[in-house]
Amino acid sequence: MMSNETSVLRAEGLECIRNDMVLFRDLSLAVSSGEVLQVKGPNGCGKTSLLRILCGLALPNEGVVYWNDKDIREYNGEYVQHVNYVGHHNGIKVELTPAENLHVSNALSTTHNGASPEQALQQFGLYGYEDTPVRKLSSGQKRRVALSRLLLTHAQLWILDEPYTSVDGAGRSFIADVLKSHMDAGGMLILVSHEPVSIPGVKIREMAL
Amino acid sequence: MLGPTIDKYAAPKNAYSLAFTLTPWFAWISILLFIGGIYGGLVYAPPDYDQGESFRIIYVHVPAAWMSMFVYVVMAIAGACGLIWKVKLMDAVARSCAPLGASFTLLALVTGSIWGKPMWGTWWVWDARLTSELILLFLYLGYMALQSSIDDRRTAARAGAILALVGVVNIPIIHFSVEWWNTLHQGPTVTKLDTPSIHVTMLIPLLIMSIAYTTFFITMLMVRLRAEILDQERNTTWVRDLVLGGTDK
Amino acid sequence: MGAYQAFTALLLRDLKLGFRNMGDLLNPLLFFLMVVTLFPLALGPEKSVLQEHAPAVIWVASLLAASISLDTMFRSDMEDGSLEQILLSPYPDIILVMAKILAHWLMTGAPLTIFALLLSVLLYLPGAAYLPLLGTLLLGTPILSMVGSVAVALTVGLRNGGMLLILLILPLYMPVLIFAISAVNNAMRGLSVAGEFYFLSGMLILALTLAPFATAYALKIRMG
Repeated sequence: MMSNETSVLRAEGLECIRNDMVLFRDLSLAVSSGEVLQVKGPNGCGKTSLLRILCGLALPNEGVVYWNDKDIREYNGEYVQHVNYVGHHNGIKVELTPAENLHVSNALSTTHNGASPEQALQQFGLYGYEDTPVRKLSSGQKRRVALSRLLLTHAQLWILDEPYTSVDGAGRSFIADVLKSHMDAGGMLILVSHEPVSIPGVKIREMAL
Repeated sequence: MLGPTIDKYAAPKNAYSLAFTLTPWFAWISILLFIGGIYGGLVYAPPDYDQGESFRIIYVHVPAAWMSMFVYVVMAIAGACGLIWKVKLMDAVARSCAPLGASFTLLALVTGSIWGKPMWGTWWVWDARLTSELILLFLYLGYMALQSSIDDRRTAARAGAILALVGVVNIPIIHFSVEWWNTLHQGPTVTKLDTPSIHVTMLIPLLIMSIAYTTFFITMLMVRLRAEILDQERNTTWVRDLVLGGTDK
Repeated sequence: MGAYQAFTALLLRDLKLGFRNMGDLLNPLLFFLMVVTLFPLALGPEKSVLQEHAPAVIWVASLLAASISLDTMFRSDMEDGSLEQILLSPYPDIILVMAKILAHWLMTGAPLTIFALLLSVLLYLPGAAYLPLLGTLLLGTPILSMVGSVAVALTVGLRNGGMLLILLILPLYMPVLIFAISAVNNAMRGLSVAGEFYFLSGMLILALTLAPFATAYALKIRMG
């Protein structure tokens, strides 16, 4: 599914100040292939900000994020092809169908793995919903459409912000399966979740913010 | 880019104390220059052949108009430095410039308008320079409005810098287009609100006034900068020590 | 090749979204019609008066309609997180930003251009001025979209974003207004329009080169 090389995401001395409030300071972490890091903490403690800094969307006030020992700002777009981010917002258009949304995601990425949008949707239990406008789906289904993006690329590092939001029990088992096969293939996962996360056979490291 | 020689945390503190030391010097120099310039402009310089005594308002108007452009450029350069090299001090300089520049622009507009009354008999003439000044005022107000509606200090500074740079690219275009528009619509009687072909005895006070304005700008910039630095660094220990007189160790 | 596909995919996505939200497309045109209607009511219905002011009325109304239409350029993408996905694409941000600006122009600037020509009839614009008016609109409205994209990137999602956007862009739009109206006026008087067209073209080229960079950078800044 993806290249077997071992990669390391490392952050050193991160500081994040938003609206004059210090969210975190001198924060360091490292995640390598096959590892899961779950970030926990109360609302407003900067979990989302941390994820956005790690995927290069936001700049930390201090500190550096390294991908394989090179500052991610020096990669010029080559870093983001290793990253798949599903944020707090789904990043999908409710006017379009799930298939149309995933076609756009496919066009925007450089590392497709050949999976079709239909296959990706099917893995998240959305078979038959490909051509239903997203507007008509439940919020749990919308979340799963957003997560289906993960299955389209070779990206090694998945960064997920509350993936389970409004997803029901059946949906969760689809997510667990997908996460497990990602980890088995040597992927890396950083996620924010309030609730305990379990991926069969994978040890999950927790970090409190 | 400033490198490890300047400690990131000490830099604002040093800038603060430097500004603190220099403020009175620049203040005194600008006061002396103002006295000299105003005396030269109002007493020493002869009345203008065409405009009589009323031309003397150029000693207030023209340097204000120059400063209004100059400050915008300073603001954009400071913003760009903040953006590129991530120097927080430069963000504070850019932020401090905006109200000063807007004030100079307003002064240029008001004095230009006052000058218009004896010259053309109306308080306002759609002269190219006055119109450009008015648009410049809009640019300053837009910059300040943008800064004040973004809560995060760093985002506000960076967004402001982009806007100031867009403004700097546009100011020559705006200026040129307004000149173009003005020559199309200009009636035959309107003369330029410009320094007339000027006698040297009129010029010297004007130059003195320009330097006075510049030093006044530097003085006010340092006063505002100090306030900005204190606000920006208010969570640091050195500001706390400074404000509490070093008692709270 | 890949970048080209990303460009077209995003362009088509935005066009599709536009047609599925027809209201967003029609509102600026309706606004334009209403502003144009105000002028005969304000100036009186005499043909000579309206004709004399037609270029100014058409251009002021186009400029205002273009300004209010800007709001839709990035807002929904900002609100639903699509903008994050776009900026996280490995393709150069400016290419993707260009696709969005082009889509926006096709859905607002282009219909406004056609609409402006139609409404010129209501203001008795002389026949000789139609082609120059079309020319100024074709050169001018892309500049409005380009320059506007920077301002909208800076203000999208702010609490008073809409009003602030207008405050930021109107001063930047003034040169376009001056040259465009001057050209159409010249055409009505049988004078040369070359000078104005040179400047409008120059401004368009400048906007094409600088605006996508500034917009992409501004969006990144707003992301944090």
